[in-house]
Amino acid sequence: MENTIAGYFLEFEPLQYLVQNSSAFFGFDTTALIGFLIFFIFGIVFLGFLATVGGFGTIAERKISADLQARIGPNRVGPYGAFQLIADGIKMLSKEDIMPRSADKFLYYLAPFLSLFGVVCTIAVIPFSGDFIMADLNVGVFYALAISSIVGVGIFLGGYASNSKWSLLGGMRGAAQIISYEIPVTLCIMMIVVLAGGISFGTIIDQQAGMPWNWYIFHNPFTFIGFFIFFISNLAETNRAPFDLPEAESELVSGYHTEYTGIRFGLFALAEYIEIFVVNGIAVSLFLGGYHLPFDFLEGTIPGNLLQFGTFFIKTCVLYYVVIWIRWTFPRLRVDHLMSLCWKYLTPIAIFNLVGVAIWMVCFDGQSMFDLLFSGSSHSGGGH
Amino acid sequence: MSNQSLNAFMPIIVMMVLAAALYGAALLVAHLLSPSKPGGNKDLPYECGEEPVGSAWSMFNVRFYVVGLIFIIFDVESVLMFPVASIFKKMNEMGEGTYILIIFLSFISVLLEGIAYCWKKGDLDWVKSYKRSVDS
Repeated sequence: MENTIAGYFLEFEPLQYLVQNSSAFFGFDTTALIGFLIFFIFGIVFLGFLATVGGFGTIAERKISADLQARIGPNRVGPYGAFQLIADGIKMLSKEDIMPRSADKFLYYLAPFLSLFGVVCTIAVIPFSGDFIMADLNVGVFYALAISSIVGVGIFLGGYASNSKWSLLGGMRGAAQIISYEIPVTLCIMMIVVLAGGISFGTIIDQQAGMPWNWYIFHNPFTFIGFFIFFISNLAETNRAPFDLPEAESELVSGYHTEYTGIRFGLFALAEYIEIFVVNGIAVSLFLGGYHLPFDFLEGTIPGNLLQFGTFFIKTCVLYYVVIWIRWTFPRLRVDHLMSLCWKYLTPIAIFNLVGVAIWMVCFDGQSMFDLLFSGSSHSGGGH
Repeated sequence: MSNQSLNAFMPIIVMMVLAAALYGAALLVAHLLSPSKPGGNKDLPYECGEEPVGSAWSMFNVRFYVVGLIFIIFDVESVLMFPVASIFKKMNEMGEGTYILIIFLSFISVLLEGIAYCWKKGDLDWVKSYKRSVDS
């Protein structure tokens, strides 16, 4: 339980006291039990936090789109329309839940759950701050890659089970798009793994501590290109415009969730907006220094952790803003252009980057380009 | 140390349970709040207001399967490359940089060969041209 939020809190005096007393009372070591309870409480906290973020994501989307198109946007519910998400939530909950007569009932019910499940399970390895992490698995990045692809299964099943032609086309496009764009994402992550020498988020982030020039995006020219490939592929992974073909409203009505109403549609939407945050959080952790501040301030204490959490949150929100900005700036791609962008441009460039990073590691002994440029004056941080 | 690995994965099991609980709670609340009047034409799949023609479960576009197969090949290959990638730095620090680089590049060359083959066969095009499908 080391390096996790439960391990962190178990070191505090009152909880140790609680563990000792309850162990004496029940007659067995209750560390695991108390740890489980801490995990459970913070799981709910993180889930609630991300659900709120996802809800505010929908408002941010509408407000920012309104801003970019010189409109006002939602402004009736609460100050600046800030409570719109509560109104939307109540509306979703009170709408009738209709299932098409000819749909595959089991798969139809399963699809939104799988979509939500993939996203919620990814939250477990997102490093919010040095100690606020549910599980610092030694295969963290790998786990995030694996479990987040369940979302694609949910989208495909949602499209298939509805027995509607629009849904089927949307689901098919969605599945093809998500699995295709997983290849550039995997290759970009592998590039970072080569640099960091480990696949846990902790290892990767700790090597980017300090000033922004220690971030992996500035490590060498290949990682700089790699970040943009990762970001573009993630847009496609989360079905965001200009890659929102699975739900292209001008072609497919509403794509894979055409037949979903009420809360099931709401859960699809919620999962989608949380996924954008989660995926941008992974991008921040891998390339933009994660939760690290430029200086070690109050590290290990609760205020220090909250500060780190704020850093992580602000960096992620900046990327979130860019995602929304892109949606309202670029027109949608055509489906064959989408596939050729992935397979003929992003994947070869990502492979080129991977080779470049591997050769850079061997040639320059893992030093970053700033280390090489200023190696005479100072030699701090960087690769080693 | 099975106990230790179980502990490491405990938060993940917790999140899985929470995902199920969130889904169940949302459905329960919706069930209590929402009306339920099934029947009528609202149970038909949406087809722009017309009566639906036939079932949607017809033949798929075969391109979808080709993309799926290419993906599986690439994904398995990248899974095999991850262990090599994760010891790359350590080997480089031990002075075995050239050795590990050659291993790594040989893995990547297999990947490149695969993508070049698919590209030439035209399998990377979403709409495979008629001429190419006759040739191959």
